[in-house]
Amino acid sequence: MTTTTSVPSKLSASTVAGHDVDPDAPLLQVEDLRVEFTMPTGTVVANDRVNYQLDAGETLAILGESGSGKSVSAQAVMGIIDSPPGAITGGAVRYRGIDLLQLPEKDRRKVRGDHISIIFQDALTALNPVYTVGFQIAEMLRVHRGTSKSEARKVAVDLMDRVKIPSARERLDAYPHEFSGGMRQRVMIAMSLALDPAVLIADEPTTALDVTVQAQVMDLLAELQAETGMGLILITHDLGVVAEVADRVAVMYAGRIVETGEIDDVYHTPTHPYTIGLMESLPQLDVKGGRLRPIPGSPPDLTRRPSGCAFHPRCRFAQQVCVDKDPELRIPAASMVDDDRLAACHFSEEIVDAQ
Amino acid sequence: MSDHLDTKHENRDETDDPATGEEAVGGTGGHRKVEHARTGEHGELVRDIELADASGAEEVGGPTSLWADGWRVLKHKPLFWLALFLILAMVVMAVFPQAYLWFYNPFPDNPEQAKTFCTLSNSVQSPNAPNGGRPSSTNWFGFDIQGCDLYVRTILGARISIFIGVIVTLASVIIALVFGTLAGYFGRSIDAVIARITDIWFAIPTILGGIVLLSVLRDRGMVEVAFVLTLFGWPSMLRLMRSQVIAGKEQDYVTASRSLGANDFRLMVRHIIPNGITPVIVYATIFIGVIISAEAALSFLGVGVALPNISWGLMISGAQDRILQIPQLLFFPGMALAITVFGFMVMGDMLRDAFDPKGR
Ligand SMILES: Nc1ncnc2c1ncn2[C@@H]1O[C@H](COP(=O)(O)OP(=O)(O)O)[C@@H](O)[C@H]1O
Ligand code: SF4
Ligand SMILES: [Mg+2]
Repeated sequence: MTTTTSVPSKLSASTVAGHDVDPDAPLLQVEDLRVEFTMPTGTVVANDRVNYQLDAGETLAILGESGSGKSVSAQAVMGIIDSPPGAITGGAVRYRGIDLLQLPEKDRRKVRGDHISIIFQDALTALNPVYTVGFQIAEMLRVHRGTSKSEARKVAVDLMDRVKIPSARERLDAYPHEFSGGMRQRVMIAMSLALDPAVLIADEPTTALDVTVQAQVMDLLAELQAETGMGLILITHDLGVVAEVADRVAVMYAGRIVETGEIDDVYHTPTHPYTIGLMESLPQLDVKGGRLRPIPGSPPDLTRRPSGCAFHPRCRFAQQVCVDKDPELRIPAASMVDDDRLAACHFSEEIVDAQ
Repeated sequence: MSDHLDTKHENRDETDDPATGEEAVGGTGGHRKVEHARTGEHGELVRDIELADASGAEEVGGPTSLWADGWRVLKHKPLFWLALFLILAMVVMAVFPQAYLWFYNPFPDNPEQAKTFCTLSNSVQSPNAPNGGRPSSTNWFGFDIQGCDLYVRTILGARISIFIGVIVTLASVIIALVFGTLAGYFGRSIDAVIARITDIWFAIPTILGGIVLLSVLRDRGMVEVAFVLTLFGWPSMLRLMRSQVIAGKEQDYVTASRSLGANDFRLMVRHIIPNGITPVIVYATIFIGVIISAEAALSFLGVGVALPNISWGLMISGAQDRILQIPQLLFFPGMALAITVFGFMVMGDMLRDAFDPKGR
């Protein structure tokens, strides 16, 4: 959406944690990622054949209902899967061509926060209650860069200014609980950007906030991205939140990506019934008295994944083949408007034609 | 193992944000869009509201406000001040007994005697004893069998009791901090080994273990008794620390910190321990009182510190057969012991009430 001229400073380096980068590789590429949780009730495949790609300056929205595996895919990229019970059982996470899954933990840690950073839904619980926000922001620089205490504090003030926390200098020594929700999320953003990462993952960054504040935080993220040229992955269950800021979207259902493409194209011509369902359940501003149709049923229990296409019990287009055969993620043929589109549905073409 | 799972579960419930419950696709998305459009014009206004809102957000509590809240509760409690006074009085007695003795002259007629504060001729059983060996204005607590001034001995007895209480507690806390944290944090085989050893050790009653081990030791001084009490006393402290760490490592800020590059050591020392230490501090305060009474019990049973050490437990032990004839022998060291234990116990209770309201 934003045309960026700036490039993250990180990208000028030719090695990452001592490993050579591939200059032609995309910034971040997730390939056939599979994550399983071994639970007493059975194995949960929380991510299955998850593929996506992110370039510098690009915003990718990962969209899906609660429990669809969005956070798990972010945790896999960060290398913080709760293990046990979780384990990455297949695929690759390539950062500038380097497969992070193959790195020793020591090198992996150098990537975290420095090259790839993350912010979470609830900044109140994501900030340590016993330290001041200034201390926590400065800590990032002191740990990774060995910056001196006083220098780190100065940078912390700059960062707080950058995320538009008013009177940053005075609030440096305040504790997280002394901030409002939106301001706390700004602190979290300041922390995650302290080392100028090339990739920022925002996992439901506005879900815990008031609607008015949501838009401000979203604007801030978009602005910071334009400033830094980083790649941004925006995880959300709310299409309305991302429609304006995202370039591309990956729709997840039951641990799989069911549709990806340019956000405007997907918005105008969805090729997967689940994407259509998401859009119909969104109140339309432009259509007066527009239909508001929630998707019937609820997301599947991942220990008992439906056979064939996991969406079939809730899909109004389902046929027998959907029960029998799991659709591959593929480029829907012929009638498609764009060639950047992938969808996992047996009837994408028919669905487009019917629209 | 079961408390491991329980803690984990509890924690899930606690940290689960209500917002997650509302997660339904679509939902208020449209409204959000409207708001989004609007903030372009009124961005500043909204920001001001948010700031105003910030000042009202104080009621959201974390350990920081917990300390402040705790202090606010404590400073209005007379029992807290009483306990603090008693503890300070006893600690000063242990460290600087002179503070209680410089003005006290048990032998005004014979300054030479004051150096030893004992003469057999002053024994309560000797007919020459001043005031029959009973308490008087010169010898406040009277004399004991050996003709020692009981006030002086009671003051000097504080050192062993309090030092043992504090040393054993400190040692147990250090063991708990190191091994409890490692077990709770790393889990798996490290935890299996540490937690199993702890459980087995926990099953041995401290006093019983103390009697068995100390009865084979010839020279029982403060160090030996402190060592044996630590040997059997640490498991409860470790279990508490371990459960605190298991709960603490599930916290979002730990995950967040890890995601931003913190290593295990930093996560434990910077994040998990500072947030989970409060109940351990509370328990440690009570533990000092428990250990002081355990030391007295061991001395009473004849396996604590041996003569010529001076300890309240030894004094009480020596009083056993003469309680009815010479009650001061039991009364004064007994009171000193009771006051000390009372001070630490009450302080522990006060701290618990103030900092750990759930544990009441
Ligand atoms: N720590 C965990 N332990 C066990 N199962 C988990 C864990 N984290 C995630 N899962 C499983 O993965 C599924 C997807 O979770 P998640 O990625 O958090 O969904 P969301 O799309 O809402 O972010 C969950 O429904 C759950 O079954
Ligand atoms: S494959 Fe069948 S069930 Fe699945 S989304 Fe397409 S039409 Fe619906
Ligand atoms: Mg999530």
